[in-house]
Amino acid sequence: MSASVVIIGAGQAGGQAAVSLRQFGFEGEIHLVGEEAAPPYQRPPLSKDYLKGKLERERLYLKPREFYADNAITLHTDARVARIDRDEKSVVLESGESLNYTKLIIATGSRPRPLPLPGADLDQVFDLRTLADIDALKPAMVAGKRLLIVGAGYIGLEAAAVARELGLEVTVLEMAERVLARVTSTVMSDFYQALHESHGAAIRTGIRLSSLKGEGAVTHGVLADGEEIPCDLVLVGIGILPNEELAVGAGIACKNGILVDRDTRTNDGDIYAIGDCAHRPLVHYGRDGRLESVHNAIEQGKIAAAHIVGKDRPAEDVPWFWSDQYNIKLQIAGLSQGYDEVVVRGDPANESFAVFYFADGKFISVDAVNAPAEFLSAKRLIAADAALTPADVADESVSMKDIMKTALAR
Amino acid sequence: MVKITYIDHEGTRRDVDAKVGESVMEAAVRNNIPGIDADCGGACACATCHVYVDPEYLPKTGEQEAMEQSMLDFADAVQDNSRLSCQISVSDDLEGLVVTTPESQH
Repeated sequence: MSASVVIIGAGQAGGQAAVSLRQFGFEGEIHLVGEEAAPPYQRPPLSKDYLKGKLERERLYLKPREFYADNAITLHTDARVARIDRDEKSVVLESGESLNYTKLIIATGSRPRPLPLPGADLDQVFDLRTLADIDALKPAMVAGKRLLIVGAGYIGLEAAAVARELGLEVTVLEMAERVLARVTSTVMSDFYQALHESHGAAIRTGIRLSSLKGEGAVTHGVLADGEEIPCDLVLVGIGILPNEELAVGAGIACKNGILVDRDTRTNDGDIYAIGDCAHRPLVHYGRDGRLESVHNAIEQGKIAAAHIVGKDRPAEDVPWFWSDQYNIKLQIAGLSQGYDEVVVRGDPANESFAVFYFADGKFISVDAVNAPAEFLSAKRLIAADAALTPADVADESVSMKDIMKTALAR
Repeated sequence: MVKITYIDHEGTRRDVDAKVGESVMEAAVRNNIPGIDADCGGACACATCHVYVDPEYLPKTGEQEAMEQSMLDFADAVQDNSRLSCQISVSDDLEGLVVTTPESQH
């Protein structure tokens, strides 16, 4: 059989893998199978400019639709995969069609964690994951309407910012004691809570929602203490779950995601897993984990393609991420989990500052708020495993560039 | 349509028809121009769409905002005519624009 790569999942990771395979000179068949109607597209603008109506749909696409045919990539849209048959080396679609592979890439991504409460299936309750989600939501995002957001993570807060800009009344409910509690420090949480409040959003933390109420469409969020919050629509942003079921069904090893090595290979040498669904080595941190980011999707797409064509593995970048809310650009380099010391450089009151995270004296991550120098320096310093100290970054009389040079020279 | 020429670091020229209103980065990605990664999709968050602008056209590409300047300050092999191509909006004034991509976007 001639070489054929089947990619399950036509998101940012799957799309990148297909593009990179051709860029790296792969000449066999490529099948890119996605369950959505659109060709691969960027998700980050969905909760930002696209929701705001500032970006037309085609500009979200990673490549124009005709790109795939022009490059002999067979794009299967609206196509769901029923199962992977490892003995036959084939992927069986729900339509009954079967695609043979010599190499298989699983890029099935993730799905929103469902709200486990009564009323979650009412009308005007929305997820924020796909183009279709946003297209359904957009007509309801009208000035004056009352929006209830469940979950104060990045997605929820980005949507809150857009909603305020569009003139909706916004209430954000968060179970934890502070916003962004799962992903960042109290300094950042305090900053973002104040930012949203200054723009007129109501942020309520330490809140337990018990149900959504309404007949047909949602009309109220009901709290555990009985309080009812009236609303016209609800957005749920309480995290995502890896789509690993196809892999599990095929007997591929999984543990909070599909387990892969640095080349993105699973325990079946002909099967790769990339993007949100992959549980990967985090080489800068000596552990493994799942990353939910564009950086990860693109990087692993390239790595899988490189491995398939026998090319050297592209360098693994320090994990990075960004979030735009109002006029604030947050850029994150590295992973802050496990930090035991925090240094704030700059003043949150000026809306330009950076929070540096250290664990056992070792620099591991930065949250840079309108502070690109701190972000880019941090990326380089972590990549080089440089000995940056808390005292270095605390000295605001020295430029970040000079601090970086000193630390890199140690 | 506005004609833009991208020259890679080995000197290969590629012409594309860019649309007014899209960015010089988007025109490149849409036309599969190598050497422009644009990982963040144009959010000015990653500095992987660095280009050198033909000096003749530089004044027509608009002013750099503070965010772009800071990002470029940390890019490799920056020159006076460096720009992030996601921050250059295509207009009729840019007809014939020539940009060169650096050897690496890191």
